[in-house]
Amino acid sequence: MSDSTNSNGLKISTVIVNGAEHRVWEKGSGKALGFLPGLGGRPRWLPLFDALSEHYRVIVPSLPGFPGADPSHLSIDDNSDWICACLDLIEEAGLTGADMIGACLGGSLLADIAAHSPKSVGRLALIAPFGLYRNAEPLPDFFAQIFPEQKKLLCHREGAFDEAFAAPEDSNDKEEWDILRYRGMEAAARYLWPFGDRGLEKRLHRITQDTLLVWGKEDRIIPPSYAQAFAEGIAGTTQIELIDKAGHLADVDQPDAVEKVLLEYFNV
Amino acid sequence: MKLMYFHLMPYMDLPEDFAEKHESVWVDVDSKLFDPRKAHHMYHDFISELEHADAVGFDAICVNEHHSNAYGMMPSPNLLASTLARSTKDAAICVMGNSLALYNPPTRVAEEFAMLDCLSGGRLIAGFPVGTPMDTCYAYGQNPSQLRQRYHEAHDLIMRTWTETEPFAFNGRFNQQRYVNPWPRPLQAPHPPVWIPGGGAVETWRWCADVDYVYAYLSYYGYLAGQATMRGFWEEMENLGKEPNPFRAAFLQFVGVAETEQEALDLYREPAEYFYNRSLKVSPKYVAPPGYMTEATLRARAQSQVAKLAGQTSGADAAGAGAAKIEGGGGPPSFEEMVEKGFVVIGSPDQVAEKLTTAIKDLHFGNLMVLLQYGNMKRDLATYNTDMFAKHVRPQIEGIFEDEWEHHWWPKPMPVAERATEDRS
Repeated sequence: MSDSTNSNGLKISTVIVNGAEHRVWEKGSGKALGFLPGLGGRPRWLPLFDALSEHYRVIVPSLPGFPGADPSHLSIDDNSDWICACLDLIEEAGLTGADMIGACLGGSLLADIAAHSPKSVGRLALIAPFGLYRNAEPLPDFFAQIFPEQKKLLCHREGAFDEAFAAPEDSNDKEEWDILRYRGMEAAARYLWPFGDRGLEKRLHRITQDTLLVWGKEDRIIPPSYAQAFAEGIAGTTQIELIDKAGHLADVDQPDAVEKVLLEYFNV
Repeated sequence: MKLMYFHLMPYMDLPEDFAEKHESVWVDVDSKLFDPRKAHHMYHDFISELEHADAVGFDAICVNEHHSNAYGMMPSPNLLASTLARSTKDAAICVMGNSLALYNPPTRVAEEFAMLDCLSGGRLIAGFPVGTPMDTCYAYGQNPSQLRQRYHEAHDLIMRTWTETEPFAFNGRFNQQRYVNPWPRPLQAPHPPVWIPGGGAVETWRWCADVDYVYAYLSYYGYLAGQATMRGFWEEMENLGKEPNPFRAAFLQFVGVAETEQEALDLYREPAEYFYNRSLKVSPKYVAPPGYMTEATLRARAQSQVAKLAGQTSGADAAGAGAAKIEGGGGPPSFEEMVEKGFVVIGSPDQVAEKLTTAIKDLHFGNLMVLLQYGNMKRDLATYNTDMFAKHVRPQIEGIFEDEWEHHWWPKPMPVAERATEDRS
């Protein structure tokens, strides 16, 4: 594990999971609050993280294969491999038992972790999690899109995608960044292909944590109605918050509104 | 020179406005366009065309595998190869091939290819494609990030199945079988020659060299566009210290032969336009699922000018990327462009022989896979094209490389005198 802290007080460290390096960002003090990113990872430290770090010690690990991590997704074959890798990551990042936010595929991973290992996580906030696929309201094929279409599917607000997914501040090699971005999409495909249903519905009843479900009203990847399906399946107390003018990556689209519902929820 | 008659078995009755009204010929092609009664006649014509190719002396007849695809109606090439193994007697039967990761368990490929090898008296060429993204990841739902890992494990399992002499247990990452014990076993020893159809991936070239398989570049864009890829292939062979034996490479080419150039232009315009404008209307959104192309290939492309050039024509898949290129490049090509750019080699027998000789020598391949039926070409024209090629072109090119190199990758069938002799008339 190696550490460095930049001028903004953001601590950057590296933990080893499955023999591979994974970056962990940490900022703030007090109670730990984890964030598992979704599609695209989170290559940049975002305004939402900054806002939350005024109240919590915010910890953001990079998932296997996503920006900030080695390509260890190539050694991950099935759902239990993903769960175990994420449990290792949570432990290594010092997040065991902490309240956690999971966005998009980070949300379905977090829900499945809670179902498999309830003591590993505290209260949950899931932002438009994958994990269910209902024939009555099928998900569009996110992967079968050319890039400009994918951007439109992910974010509602004009320019939001480009702000969040521009090359990281420390990257000055465009070709290399293109490859790392591609790697992150491959890691996402490895977990989600073809549409992210890994049988979570059968395990939702094992989630006894209180769970906040946050959904962009304009989510074009997972319809907001899926929030109700999660709420019905989860055994713990659930609360649904829909965000105006937000797409699938609600935290990227409307960080202020998402910050507000998260703080209200976790501060209770 | 091996001359191989390749058939795609295209659906021949797509509407004229297909390209305007439909997004893709593949994956989500409109199933309402398929008329099984018409397909009945198409299949019979196609099989007859392949049988005719055997009768007029082609060295091999080739079938391949596609799924949810209106230009390739062979989800199971083994079914076609099976009937051809009975109705033909000389030509090698090249199944190009079975996409290994799609067979569960992969020993199914070992079994069916062994059946075909026995049935044909040892005439089988076993093609092991990874498969296109459209076939494998979209139509068959395979995970693009796992596809190559599954492919290589399946390959290793099949090879052990063919070569081990005792039943064994296989404990793989993706396949577990307590008992692997093929019955039947292939007739050719230790197994049929293995050929790998591929795009321009450096890893595929290296692997072919490593395990000594034939590399087949199945581009639909002809010998001029194929130069960069084949040059990259041979440079890689040289780097790896492999001798430049042209028989370790195969190349696909569309051809139209007639008495005169003008007659050829008149005859083959319609089927060529049908193929390139309707059959190849592949939506670019299906061409590059993340992980299908490995990071190593991406990096190699970024670093190598040759591979970069090759990538422009081969991409994730010869057909798909080409189609994407057409999509992005201001509409489909005109017939004149197809001819000028060498997608289709058109002309009198002498003109065709001259162009093919140039292609064979420039690209340095000893196995020419020739498409003489394409698009909506009817059986009478396909037969005419086949006969013209066999009678007038073949004699001019069949001797190339024959005295210089030995073909180590061709089937070794049973002697004809020892084969089953029931009346096939």
